[in-house]
Amino acid sequence: MSAPVRKKFFVGTAGIILFLSIAVLVVFVAFPVVLILFNAFWTKGAFNLVDVAAVLREPDTYQALLNSVFIAGGTTIGSTIIGTFFAWLVTRTDLPYKNFMKGMFLVPFMLPSFIGALAWKMLLSPRAGYINRLFMDYFGFDGPVFNIYSYYGIMAVEVMYLFPFVFIQVCGALERMDPTLEESARISGAGLFTITRRITIPLVLPSILSGALLIMLYSMAHFGTVAVLGIENGIFNIPTLIYERIHQSAGSFAAIRTGTVLATVLVVSAAFIIWLQGKVLGKGRYQIIAGKSFRPMELKLRGLRYPLLILCLAYIGFTIVLPTVVIFMVGGLKTYGLPFTMENLSLDNYKFILFDYKTTKDAIWNSVSLGLSAAVITMFAGVMISYVIVKMKVRGKGILEFLGMLPFSVPGSVIALGVILAWSGKFGVNLYNTVWIILVAYIARYMAFSLKANSAALEQVHDSLIEAARACGASMWQSLRDIVLPLVRPGMFAAFFLIFLPSLRELTVSIMLYAPTTRTIGVAIYTLNEDGETVMSAALAGIALVIIITGQTLITGLTGASVKAK
Amino acid sequence: MATIYLKNVSRRYGQRSVLDGLTLTVNHGECFTLLGPSGCGKTVLLRLIAGFEQPTAGSIRIGDALVADASAHVPPDRRDLGVVFQEYAVWPHMSVFDNVGYPLKLAKTPKEERADRVMETIALVNLHSLEKRLPSELSGGQQQRVALARALVGKPSLMLLDEPLSNLDANLREEMRFEIKELQRKLNITVMYVTHDQEIALAISDRIAVMDTQGRIRQIGSPEDIFEKPVDSFVFSFMGVANFLQVRREGNEFFVGKGGQRAPWDRPHGDSLAWVAAFRPSDVVIRRDGNGLKGRVKRASFLGPVMDYLVEIDGAHLRTTVDTHTAVANNLMFDDDQPCVVGVREVHWFDADTIQSAGEAWA
Repeated sequence: MSAPVRKKFFVGTAGIILFLSIAVLVVFVAFPVVLILFNAFWTKGAFNLVDVAAVLREPDTYQALLNSVFIAGGTTIGSTIIGTFFAWLVTRTDLPYKNFMKGMFLVPFMLPSFIGALAWKMLLSPRAGYINRLFMDYFGFDGPVFNIYSYYGIMAVEVMYLFPFVFIQVCGALERMDPTLEESARISGAGLFTITRRITIPLVLPSILSGALLIMLYSMAHFGTVAVLGIENGIFNIPTLIYERIHQSAGSFAAIRTGTVLATVLVVSAAFIIWLQGKVLGKGRYQIIAGKSFRPMELKLRGLRYPLLILCLAYIGFTIVLPTVVIFMVGGLKTYGLPFTMENLSLDNYKFILFDYKTTKDAIWNSVSLGLSAAVITMFAGVMISYVIVKMKVRGKGILEFLGMLPFSVPGSVIALGVILAWSGKFGVNLYNTVWIILVAYIARYMAFSLKANSAALEQVHDSLIEAARACGASMWQSLRDIVLPLVRPGMFAAFFLIFLPSLRELTVSIMLYAPTTRTIGVAIYTLNEDGETVMSAALAGIALVIIITGQTLITGLTGASVKAK
Repeated sequence: MATIYLKNVSRRYGQRSVLDGLTLTVNHGECFTLLGPSGCGKTVLLRLIAGFEQPTAGSIRIGDALVADASAHVPPDRRDLGVVFQEYAVWPHMSVFDNVGYPLKLAKTPKEERADRVMETIALVNLHSLEKRLPSELSGGQQQRVALARALVGKPSLMLLDEPLSNLDANLREEMRFEIKELQRKLNITVMYVTHDQEIALAISDRIAVMDTQGRIRQIGSPEDIFEKPVDSFVFSFMGVANFLQVRREGNEFFVGKGGQRAPWDRPHGDSLAWVAAFRPSDVVIRRDGNGLKGRVKRASFLGPVMDYLVEIDGAHLRTTVDTHTAVANNLMFDDDQPCVVGVREVHWFDADTIQSAGEAWA
C-alpha cells in the first residue's frame, strides 16, 4: 500500500495528454480559422461589419456566392434523386447482379472528381470534345450537343462523383429497416404505393436528408470540378474565387480580405449544414431502424427487370468506365486531338512522366512523402485526441470536444487560406513556399478523418478493460501502451489509409500552397492541363488512378481478410 | 490489513446526488455485500473504493492509508486491489496466460516465479490447460474465471467484485458463487461484493448492507439478520416477494382491510392508526375452511410446479403459492372467486406511513 497521496502524478499524466491534444487542435486547426475570422471582421484596428458587407456586395464576390449556392443546390437535388433511386433498386427489388451493381455505384468514391472533370472536358468541351466532334463530324450537327463548360455541365459532373454519399446512406437505412413495419402496414390493407409513401419514405427520410446535406456541404466547398470546367466561361464559386484572388495577387491586402470574407461564409454555412444534419439524424432514426439485419421485402420488377438492368449498366458505363478509359487513351496520345488509332497511341507519355519528367517525378515523390507523413502524424494525434474525448474524465474536456468538431466543418480552401495567414512569417515561423506548409495544411484537413476512425475504434473498447488494467497496477501510460493501443490498432490503420489515399490526389489545399518545386500529383495534373499539356496531364491522371485503385483494392483485401480472420 | 473505512462519503454528478454522507466500515477478512436495486449507487461506491472515481466529499481509508478525500486521490494502480467487473473485462488481444500474468509483469516479478504463480492461479480457478487460449475461444464462465484469476494473482488484500455473476447462466452462477466464497476463506482476504441479487448476497456474505435508490444504507447485518429481522419494509420487500396487508386500528382493536375481521397476530408497538402486516408468500397457509381470515380467491394461476393465488380479504390483497402436488392432494385447487381461509405464520409490522415512503424509494 503506498501511503503518501500522489495527486500530482495522476493529474499530471492526464494533464499532459489533455494539454497536448488541445495544443495540436489549436495550433493546426483553431488558430488558422481564428485568423481568418479575425482578418475578415477586424480592419483598421476595429471590428468592422460594413467592410464585410462591402466585400460581399462586389459583383464578383456576390456572383461567386450565388454560383456556389446554385451549383450546390442543383448537385444536391440531382445526387439525391439518383442516389435514392439506385439505392432502392439494389436493396428492395429483384434486379439482377445487385451486389455487383452496389459495388460499382461506390466506385466514384475512390475517383478524384477533378480527374473526372478533366475527362469530361475531353469528351464534351464545345469544340474539341470527342463526343461533340463525333456528332458534328459524322451526324451533321451544327454545333456541340452539350457544352460541359456550363452550370449544368459542372452540376452533372459533380453529381456523378457525389451521389454515392446519398446512395450509401439510403442503402444502409433500407437494409437495416425492420420489414415488419412495412408488413404490418400491408396487413392493415395498405397498397404498395401507400406503404412506400406513408411508411418507407418517412422512415428513410432522415438518411436521405443526411446524405443530401453531406453533398451540399461538399459541393459548396468543392474546388476541382469548378476549377477545371468553370474558369473557361468565367464561372467561379467560393473556393475557386478564393484561389483566383490569392493566386493572382500574390497575397495583397485586398485579396486576403476577399479571401477571408468568402472563407468565413464557407465556414458558417458548413457549420450550419453540420448542425442541421445533427438535427435530422437526432430525430429518432435509431428508434425506427433496428440494429439487427433483416431480409427486406423485395419488389418484383417483372417486365422492367432487364430494362432497368440496362439502365444501370448504361449509367455505370457512361459515368465511370467511359471517363476512365478516355483518361488512359488521351494519356497515350502523341498530341491532344489526334484520333485514337494504333499509330497515335503509345506508352511513351507514361514512361516520360515516371522516369524523365522532373515536374511529375517531383510531384509523385511529394505526394507520396506528404501523404505518408500526414497520415502517420494525424493517425497518432487522432488516437490521442479521441482518447481524451471518448475515454477521459477531466476538466477542460468540453473545450476539446468543441475543438474536435472544428476539423469537420472547415473546408479545404479555408484551411489553406488560414495556413497561409498563420505560417507566412507573421508569427515567427515562415513555411511559405516549402513542403512543410502543405504538410501542416494536410494535418488540419485530415484530422477529422482520423478523429472519426479512432473515436469509433475507441468506443468499441469498453472502459472496464482500461480500468481492469489500472486495478492490476498499470499506470495510465502502461494501460495505454498495453491495452488501448493494441485494441485500437484497426482504427489506427483505417485512419492511416483514410488519410494516405485521399492525400495522394489532394488538390484543393495543395493548389493554394504549392511552389514550383512543391507540386503534388493533383497540382501537377491541374497545372499541366492549364498549360495546355493535356496529354501529359491525362497520363499523370492515369497513373494517379492506378495508384489509387491499387491502394484501395489492397486495403479492401486487407480489411476484408482481417474481418474474416475474426 | 485491508479494513475499509468510509467516512461521510458523497458523490454527486452535476446536480444529481448519488451518495450523500455515507459512512461504513468493512472489516478485514470478511465478505461484505452491497445489496440494492439497480441505480442505487452501489457500483459508484465500489468504484470510489477502487479509485476509478473521486468522492465529492468525505474520506476513504484502506487499512492505514488515506486513499481519497476532497483534495487527495490515490490512483487505482496504487491501491493494492483486485477488481472483477460485470463485463469480465478480459483483454481480448491477450491469451489467458498473459491476461492473468499482467499484474505480475507490471510488478516486475521474475519470469520463472511469474510463470509458476500464473499457473498456480489458473489451477485455482479450474482453468488448467486453457492458458494458451484467447478469450474469444472461452465460454462466459471461463472468461469470468480468467477475470477472477487476474484479480487474485497479485495477492491483493482487497477484492472488489461488481456483479461478476450476472452474465452467467443459473447453474454456473451457483457454482461460481461457492468458488468465490471458497477462495475468500482460503486466502483470507477482504471481499467487497456488489449485487442486486438477494439470493447470491445471502449465500456468500458475512455481512450485507442493503441500499435504497437514494443511495442510503437501510440496514447492515448478517444474512440471517437481514432476512429474519428486516428493519423496515424496504429491506423486507427487497429480500423477496412480499405481502403487505393493510390493517387499521380502531381503539384497541386491529382490523384487516376495510372489514370487520380482527387481525389474529401479536400487536404492533406504536400509536399509528394505519398499519401494514408484512409477510412472505411462503409464510401463508391457505385452506378451504377452518380458523383464519376469511377471503376469496380473486385470481388463480397454474404455474406448473406451483399454484399462484391472489386472495382478497375485505379489500386488502395478498399473494401465496401452493405446491401443485399438495394442492391436488388436499383439495386446494381453487378456482377464481371461490371462498378460502388464510392463516399467516409470521408477520412483521410496519407503520403504513413508512411503507409509503419506502414504496416511493423503490419505484
